[in-house]
Amino acid sequence: MNAGLLGIEALDRPGIEAILTRAKHFQKPGRYETLRHKLVVNLFFEASTRTRTSFEIAAKRLSADTISITASGSSVSKGESLVDTLNTLGAMRPQAIVMRHSASGAPHFLARHLNIPIINAGDGTHEHPTQALLDALTIQDRRGTLEGLRVAIIGDIAHSRVARSNVHLLSRFGADIVLCGPAPLLPRELESLAPGISLTNDMAQAIQDADVIMMLRVQLERQHEVPMAAGEYFRFYGLRLEHLAQAKPDAIVMHPGPINRGRELSSEVADSQRSVILNQVENGIAVRMAVLEQVLQ
Amino acid sequence: VNLLIRGGRVIDPASGRDEIADVAIVNGHFAHRPADGSLEFDATGLIVAPGFIDMHVHLREPGFEHAETIETGARAAAAGGFTTICCMPNTIPVNDNATVTSYIVERARNRAIVNVRPIGAITKGSEGVELSTYGSMKEAGIVAISDDGRPVMNARVMRRAMETAHSLDLTVINHCEDLHLSAGGDMHEGVHSTRLGLRGIPSASEDVMVARDILLAEMTGARYHVAHLSARHSVAMVAFAKSKGLPVTAETTPHHFVLTEAELDTYDSNFKMKPPLRSRADVEAIIEGITSGAIDAIATDHAPHAGSEKMQEFESCPFGIIGLETAIGLTFETLVNPGHISLRKMVELFTTGPANVLRLNRGTLAEGAPGDVTLIDPAREWIYDVNKSQSKSRNSPFHGSKFKGCAVATMVGGKVVYVS
Repeated sequence: MNAGLLGIEALDRPGIEAILTRAKHFQKPGRYETLRHKLVVNLFFEASTRTRTSFEIAAKRLSADTISITASGSSVSKGESLVDTLNTLGAMRPQAIVMRHSASGAPHFLARHLNIPIINAGDGTHEHPTQALLDALTIQDRRGTLEGLRVAIIGDIAHSRVARSNVHLLSRFGADIVLCGPAPLLPRELESLAPGISLTNDMAQAIQDADVIMMLRVQLERQHEVPMAAGEYFRFYGLRLEHLAQAKPDAIVMHPGPINRGRELSSEVADSQRSVILNQVENGIAVRMAVLEQVLQ
Repeated sequence: VNLLIRGGRVIDPASGRDEIADVAIVNGHFAHRPADGSLEFDATGLIVAPGFIDMHVHLREPGFEHAETIETGARAAAAGGFTTICCMPNTIPVNDNATVTSYIVERARNRAIVNVRPIGAITKGSEGVELSTYGSMKEAGIVAISDDGRPVMNARVMRRAMETAHSLDLTVINHCEDLHLSAGGDMHEGVHSTRLGLRGIPSASEDVMVARDILLAEMTGARYHVAHLSARHSVAMVAFAKSKGLPVTAETTPHHFVLTEAELDTYDSNFKMKPPLRSRADVEAIIEGITSGAIDAIATDHAPHAGSEKMQEFESCPFGIIGLETAIGLTFETLVNPGHISLRKMVELFTTGPANVLRLNRGTLAEGAPGDVTLIDPAREWIYDVNKSQSKSRNSPFHGSKFKGCAVATMVGGKVVYVS
């Protein structure tokens, strides 16, 4: 059985390259018959607009049938367990389940008990593999390669599944990864996640000579404690135009969204020529087409 | 009940005996000579040890009978070689008064095939605020006090509990976990939790409370015992307290000297427990603490949960695993067979160790003591099949594990309650 896609950590470089190459092909708009008569269930236990929509569009462009379920509208609110919910959906014979859940490892747990490929659309603070893939595609579009780039990932690293997936992916390509954030959101153990990682609490140091600046959302809903004051955070970890001078002249600014203007980056940066935030969204569809095709075929 | 156990290797740490000899039980107690017409049990090639004591189990009755009962927990204990088990008070209702204590004692008398000794709650409802009624609970049968499952967070409450327990000659057992530091945590905080995106329970959450309690034990003179020791600095602090002559003791569990945080990589909830599986360095420190004597006893923290409770996303699963039937196998496999400890030391950790912590009149083959015996075959190889467990629950990470060394018979008061 196809294992689906649970995370980047389990992939090797050729596996990642295969998806990216196929995704490049799907960047040209068009419709494909590849997945006609196949059923994909999007099961979202956490609020999501862009990822869910992106998966839906990707499936439709491949001619798959899709249904989307959000937790609030499902039997979860009637006390059904996660395994029972998935077993019930499984009995309807979809070819894949795209799943987002607030619990780290939820898709890994289900994959052990179900016979349907699961595509992880974000699990808790663990991984968000398609986000890292679309980020990689976006970087490739602008810089041609991932090899040897200096990438600064800034913000709430501790609670970011985007950061974890990106770290695993970028490390496979030999990138120089700088993780930066306030100390409570930057546990020292991050350094041993993969080769090529360094940590700093100083944003200027992180941005120095960066090719890519990846800003993360402050995940208040996952912090479970009193956060750093918003003003203090923006002053020391918010990206503003004056910061960009320290980076490489052609450095790009990325953000997985949703962005909070004035919280983690200024409006001017979000709307600047350097920002590739909307390119990321666009590439999301191509990457998810490549992933769906690989998992379902 | 009269019994004669013939020809085994008798290991009795309390008296220092280690010899091939017969052991006689007359009217349920050890005797110098066998009674005429005694039932005979051939123990050639086996080790004859005082009945093993597990000073830390959860029997789930009253309140959670779907997961375990006093009857099924006792059967699992017998199958694992234990003749005495001490049950923690976190039932519904909590064992925080003599009525609940009496209920457990009565149920055990009627249903349990091994000795069951309840541990009473330190505070009412184990809520950490108001002391429960130790005097009348002791009269009803408790052998120690603990709010296990939860710590006593308030240091003043702990002080008063220790003072009162000391006056009643009861040991105070604490589940050491600073709840502010561990809040929301699902596994040991470290490289693995960071990678898996699971919230961490830092070692410091255990260490700070062990440190506090040792200071309070010195202040009050109370006998103080650390439950399920898991962190290396805590081992060092208990050793320090002992070196100062304080009446401080500690237990650890088999899973804390066998497994590390690396097991969590599959998000298998059978590796989710409190305290969490810690780092390799902690496991080494625990083993060192066992060999050096800093740790007095091995206890299982047998924590049954119904299958459905463990079949959830990791963060929603309850903490704990069953352990009564695997404790001896794991101790052989990890401590005895590799040569970390002798057979005699193993017997100590399950007999005189816990008996001294709780001041139980057991764990010895001395004449007149209750005739509880554990017969061990150190050479027998076996595979643990959790589906054949006597426990009502199946939450064990050791299903399919191979062991060399196990209990082959268990006798309580001269009565054979288990033979494999």
